[in-house]
Amino acid sequence: MDAGETSAFVLEARGVTKIFGQNRALDAVNFGLLPGEVHALLGENGAGKSTLIKILTGAYRPDAGEVILDGKPVTFSDPLQAQSHGIGTVYQEVNLLPNRSVAENLYLGHQPTFMGFVRRSQIEKNARTLLARYGLDIDVQAELGTYSVAVQQIVAIARAVELSGKVLVLDEPTASLDKHEVDKLFEVIAGLRARGMAIVFITHFLDQVFAISDRVTILRNGRLIGTEPLSGVSRTDVVRMMLGKDITFAPAVTGIEEQETGPAMVEFSSCGKAGKVRPFSLKVHRGEVVGVAGLLGSGRTEMARIMFGADQMDTGEIRIDSKLVELKSPVHAIARGFGFCPEDRKVEGILGDLSVRENIIIALQGKLGWFRALNRDEQMEIAGKFAEDLDIRAASLDLPIKLLSGGNQQKVILARWLATDPSFLILDEPTRGIDVGAHAEIVRTINRLREDGLALLVISSELDEIVAYSSRIVVMRDREMVAELRGDNVNPSVIVQAIAAQPEGEPA
Amino acid sequence: MKLKRLTRIINPQSVALVGVLFINWLLFPGFFDITWQDGRFFGSLIDVLNRGVPVAILAIGMSAVIATKGVDLSVGAVMAISGAVAATLVVDGHPAYIAVIAALLTGVICGVWNGILVAFLEIQPIVATLVLMVAGRGIAQLITEGTIVTFSDPVLIFIGTGSFAGFPMPVIIAAVLLLIAVFAVRSSAIGLFIEAVGVNRAAASLAGIRSELLIVAVYGFSGFCAAISGLIVAGDIKGADANNAGLWLELDAILAVVIGGTSLLGGRFSIAMSVLGAIIIQAMNTGILVSGFPPEFNLVVKAGVIILIFTMQSPLATRIIESRRTTRTLSGKKP
Repeated sequence: MDAGETSAFVLEARGVTKIFGQNRALDAVNFGLLPGEVHALLGENGAGKSTLIKILTGAYRPDAGEVILDGKPVTFSDPLQAQSHGIGTVYQEVNLLPNRSVAENLYLGHQPTFMGFVRRSQIEKNARTLLARYGLDIDVQAELGTYSVAVQQIVAIARAVELSGKVLVLDEPTASLDKHEVDKLFEVIAGLRARGMAIVFITHFLDQVFAISDRVTILRNGRLIGTEPLSGVSRTDVVRMMLGKDITFAPAVTGIEEQETGPAMVEFSSCGKAGKVRPFSLKVHRGEVVGVAGLLGSGRTEMARIMFGADQMDTGEIRIDSKLVELKSPVHAIARGFGFCPEDRKVEGILGDLSVRENIIIALQGKLGWFRALNRDEQMEIAGKFAEDLDIRAASLDLPIKLLSGGNQQKVILARWLATDPSFLILDEPTRGIDVGAHAEIVRTINRLREDGLALLVISSELDEIVAYSSRIVVMRDREMVAELRGDNVNPSVIVQAIAAQPEGEPA
Repeated sequence: MKLKRLTRIINPQSVALVGVLFINWLLFPGFFDITWQDGRFFGSLIDVLNRGVPVAILAIGMSAVIATKGVDLSVGAVMAISGAVAATLVVDGHPAYIAVIAALLTGVICGVWNGILVAFLEIQPIVATLVLMVAGRGIAQLITEGTIVTFSDPVLIFIGTGSFAGFPMPVIIAAVLLLIAVFAVRSSAIGLFIEAVGVNRAAASLAGIRSELLIVAVYGFSGFCAAISGLIVAGDIKGADANNAGLWLELDAILAVVIGGTSLLGGRFSIAMSVLGAIIIQAMNTGILVSGFPPEFNLVVKAGVIILIFTMQSPLATRIIESRRTTRTLSGKKP
């Protein structure tokens, strides 16, 4: 690396190594950040992304190598010091105070004062001017918690930029945002780039990497795999670099045989619940994946909950193999071979303190009842089998599930249902917020289950993905099922049109 | 393997119990003396067990309740109700077995009532059981018509003061109940379901666990345990005292469970450890009595020991112990 290039970097890591116990979290990694660029940092969980970020922002100290800021080696004792040198960080979970006002959050710790008193009006005025630059016109006196996560993210970014101003690290800022909010955030990021900020962008979403980033650095198992300009690489290149192997998502199965000749495994007729979802009708056949597309709040999760008996519908009927059934609770649905992976894994999916083993067998045990208990060996055998089938990576099956990565947790939830030998699986956003490897594994599993003759309903925001494995796709909008796409109609742009179409009679 | 079993026995609770017993011995050298007299054992240790029974039995039921992320404040009042029911019935001339069954049934009904409030009406457990904690004593007073109902029924008195195989009857009852409870919880899936509901009720319900039914059953069991304690206490004083039977014992029971290492946030629980917690509490009480200190010391000393146990259980202490252990194994492994 010649000196001229080096001096261009605003922040640089040279030969940085970090060792935890026996484990080399980072091994002689080089990373250079140019002013005025968005630099994506990619890698599977455990690749060393967060360790590198923590070293750059002063939370960790490297065991070897050095961090160079503006051409001079620096040693930060803590993130606060890094901040005062111009390096700010915004995390996925906004680290601000939701019960204080927006203005207070922006200036907490460095309020303008007059004779020791906080100048509230000054703060609020400054806050308004500051946020206006981010295209945000909100009531700065209102509590931060009353705003959406997207707004909170922008406030956090504004605070970080205000405090530091040279380098901004965004750690999975888009994980909990919907499409519009992501666009909004990207406008803000683009604006900061234009002002010469150097931005590190960590995410799991490849689309977003390609949408906003200039260069990408890829880590794998603590080693630097490469830094490339994004104009020069394809998605496949990036994925290959991350995984170290060729990985192909199944190509779009446009010509999939329509399975609608036989009787439907499950049939929902005019099922609806006032205030949740308008009556919908849908048949799902054995050996078929029905995809559900729609934005957050479109009624897709409400639909899934009614199908699983978690919420009670007030109109309509459900037939399984043409026989009328009533699903008064998940217990009834499970007894009939249903399974449901909820959208919010943490809140509704995992039993955090319980072991991976217990999390896998819990639904099967629930089906068996209170008194036909699986003993430890049986539990181990079942859990072990599905952990292997789904490639669940845990040091031990007796580890609490909360210690696993998101992708592995999702696989455990999937294993929980597969252990019950289901005939109809409802998967609500099964691939959200998980790393690429787990993502591919889950897509593979969906395909495998379809081939095994299961009926599946998969809700997902990743259109490429549902197009790839679904034989039909229903589109939800404003709590209503608005379209059912099949055959050649099934492609992402058609779905986007169906989602975006304005209801009749309303202005476009 | 051996080491593992050893570390399982050496935990903060057993260390605390040994410590308390040791201090008792220092203060009162005759503490460990046990004599055989009139076909039964006598001594301070037996006394600790016998006096600890009411709280220990409450703690058995309370462990399961707390593991579901709940709490049962009404157990003290349910003890009073159960004692009142049994005493009034035998005084009215009913046979003892009717009185006992009626008392136990009353306890279960009280518990089920709590469970319905918590599971179906989704009232916070601390509030839901507070209702019966307050109202229960009133109900007990209504049953006894405001007096202390004394009785001379030999069966009820035997429950509180008799002996079997040399041990006081209450200790035998508690031991049998403990064995049955541990067996029922661990040989069935109930223990797992209780922990699942306590860790994340929404997720447990979506995984097909009938959490409402489970919660009602757990509170019902807690009421059942309270009724047994109530019978023992009534038998001990040969009467039902609606005002004082089981007074404040709900707090000791919660304390016993927490000392036993079950988190008030629900989840993992151990009934046996809760009973150990109850014995620790009683060992302190008895120690202060036999050593001749005024009983006022009791509360202060109790607080001290509790702080000590909680410090030993705290994440900080665990981290320190863990890091010491790992450095030791690491340095041991080096050639």
